[in-house]
Amino acid sequence: MGFLDSLDDPTASKNVIKEIVRLSSKLNKPFKIMEVCGTHTQTISRYGLRKLLPQNIVLISGPGCPVCVTASSYIEKAIALARKNYHITTFGDLMKVPSGTKSLEKEKAEGAQIDVVYSPLDALKIAKSSKSQIIFLAVGFETTIPAVCATIQKANEENIENFKILSAHKIIPPPLRILASDPELQIDGFICPGHVSVIIGSKVYNFLPSEFQKGCVVSGFTALDILTSIKILLEQKVNGKLGNINNYKRVVKENGNPFALELIEKFFEKEDAVWRGFGVIPKSGLKLKKEWEKFDGGLIDVNYDEPEDFKGCRCGDVLKGIIPPKDCPLMGKICTPSNPVGACMVSSEGSCAAYFKYERNSDV
Amino acid sequence: MSKIILAHGEGGKLTREFIEEIIFPLFRNEPLKTLTDSAVLGKIKDGKIAFTTDAYLVSPIFFEGGDIGSLSISGTINDLCMCGASPLAISFALIVEEGFEIENLKKILKSAAVTAKKAGAIIATGDTKVLPKGKGDGVFIATSGVGVITKGRNISDDFIEEGDKIIVSGDIGRHGATIAAFRHNLKGKKLSSDCAPLNAIVDALFESGIKPKALHDPTRGGVATLLNETAKRTKLGIEIYEEKIPISKEVSAVCEVLGLDPLYLPCEGRFVGFFKPKDAEKAMLILKNFKSCKNCSIIGQTTKIRNKMFPVLIKTKMGSVRPVDELSGIQLPRIC
Repeated sequence: MGFLDSLDDPTASKNVIKEIVRLSSKLNKPFKIMEVCGTHTQTISRYGLRKLLPQNIVLISGPGCPVCVTASSYIEKAIALARKNYHITTFGDLMKVPSGTKSLEKEKAEGAQIDVVYSPLDALKIAKSSKSQIIFLAVGFETTIPAVCATIQKANEENIENFKILSAHKIIPPPLRILASDPELQIDGFICPGHVSVIIGSKVYNFLPSEFQKGCVVSGFTALDILTSIKILLEQKVNGKLGNINNYKRVVKENGNPFALELIEKFFEKEDAVWRGFGVIPKSGLKLKKEWEKFDGGLIDVNYDEPEDFKGCRCGDVLKGIIPPKDCPLMGKICTPSNPVGACMVSSEGSCAAYFKYERNSDV
Repeated sequence: MSKIILAHGEGGKLTREFIEEIIFPLFRNEPLKTLTDSAVLGKIKDGKIAFTTDAYLVSPIFFEGGDIGSLSISGTINDLCMCGASPLAISFALIVEEGFEIENLKKILKSAAVTAKKAGAIIATGDTKVLPKGKGDGVFIATSGVGVITKGRNISDDFIEEGDKIIVSGDIGRHGATIAAFRHNLKGKKLSSDCAPLNAIVDALFESGIKPKALHDPTRGGVATLLNETAKRTKLGIEIYEEKIPISKEVSAVCEVLGLDPLYLPCEGRFVGFFKPKDAEKAMLILKNFKSCKNCSIIGQTTKIRNKMFPVLIKTKMGSVRPVDELSGIQLPRIC
């Protein structure tokens, strides 16, 4: 068996499920686990893990999809900039995110200069061969931020003056604090994100057990990774020893990636930021430091309407784990991946998209 | 002259020289040589005529395992042979952006010619137009193909019944993964597109007396979308097994890194065939004679329909069953 296969071995997974069943039978009330990252949600849906787990294990999707948590006002600002003839470059996921009746995709069809790029460096490449002012829509968590830093560094070294970013970068620990302390949610344990932790390290989650008495485990993305992470959380509960375990040691280090963290520190500083579903979370967003403001598209003054979210859309509640995607009245009816009403249906990391694609029919 | 200029598409001297000096030596065949308004193909033996058309815009134009030239010819031939037709002639309309390197264009034309020759088809007619710089993305190709369905080679979804076995002719997702890897600068030695004509493989099945009930090539939307379309047309259910779906390590790795689902990635040299249960194992033996089919697999079967909204179900490696939906929108790489 090769290395990749061993990470996704069905026999090993089935054994872990048996262990989960055994442990969960010792609990007398439902055990609520939040998987923070959208890619974890995707794995859970794709392998039908929910159906394989005992009923008292409740998996709740968290806010770990960067496109989903981006506020509508950000999309409005990007559209306003496009209408002022700025040339917008963006990851593909943002194109379809609706804001009222508008979206970047529709603006592009109307003639706005909007291009999908696969990395911020591609946006810089466009800037080099263009006379227009290029704005890169910088969304994403700690995973994506270092690449944006490296791009700004390059733009600075090469004196590229027609490149700016519109930052909606967010960091993961602040919303985890809010979720851990939410009396309504009552989450027992957290599966912490894998890719984000490559950058920030596993020890940053120590506050979950020490301050909030919640178990937590950093997890990889195969079904086996997630199942073993669930098992670890159950063991903690059953043995009464809550802790912070790194179950993704093959890539995540305790202290993360110091080089990437230094880069983030060099370019960005924390600011209060709006998260869809949460509202303003103090010190949870990143903006460029003053010395880099020539690259800050956020400082451009444009007027735009305050967006109204579609009536009935429950993205906010889905992101906070208050309702599962299936309880949204719009799910699969007027909100589908080809015609998304809310952001959670757009990105493949969105929990509504994962539910729509893999779990819509729970009777099969 | 090393680059395409607008005059290459204007129909004058440069166009004629381009055709005579570059196209003719590569695409050599009798109907083309006459340079009349239509290629006259001659009489067709007994059988029905199959006719197909397609357009190709791929970025990058050159990829591991092929280029837009071989892709356009393979795609056209595969559309024909998925109906049981033997390809006869292909039309080839070339839309080139001003400033495109003629040497690169030659490479594309050459690979188109080689692919057609390998498949026993001729590129019998064509056209060249040039788009002003900035109005196109290098090269676009539009093709049509004509083929003949001889007696006994009638295949159609109408023949599919409950209990038929479903075979994929090789490992899936190569083309899509190769293009995605290129766009994201992922480098892997063994990853290459499966782009190739399938007619020799289809011929081998018929010649051995094994008649597929229906064949489809899982291009855009991948195997998942193809199975959904077939299920809807036949009003049957389809059940597949994840552990039986052949996926190479390289494709798995690309999907893992970018967050893509291989069931939705396009293939350009694979088919999904529906066979009578008693023919399926025999068909597998024939397929295994071809290098590109060494990983062919019976991935599932048609069933009674259980749920009209979700006709296609997959049993995952973990043992759970979930629906497989058709592709909705486009697959985008994850950003987290």
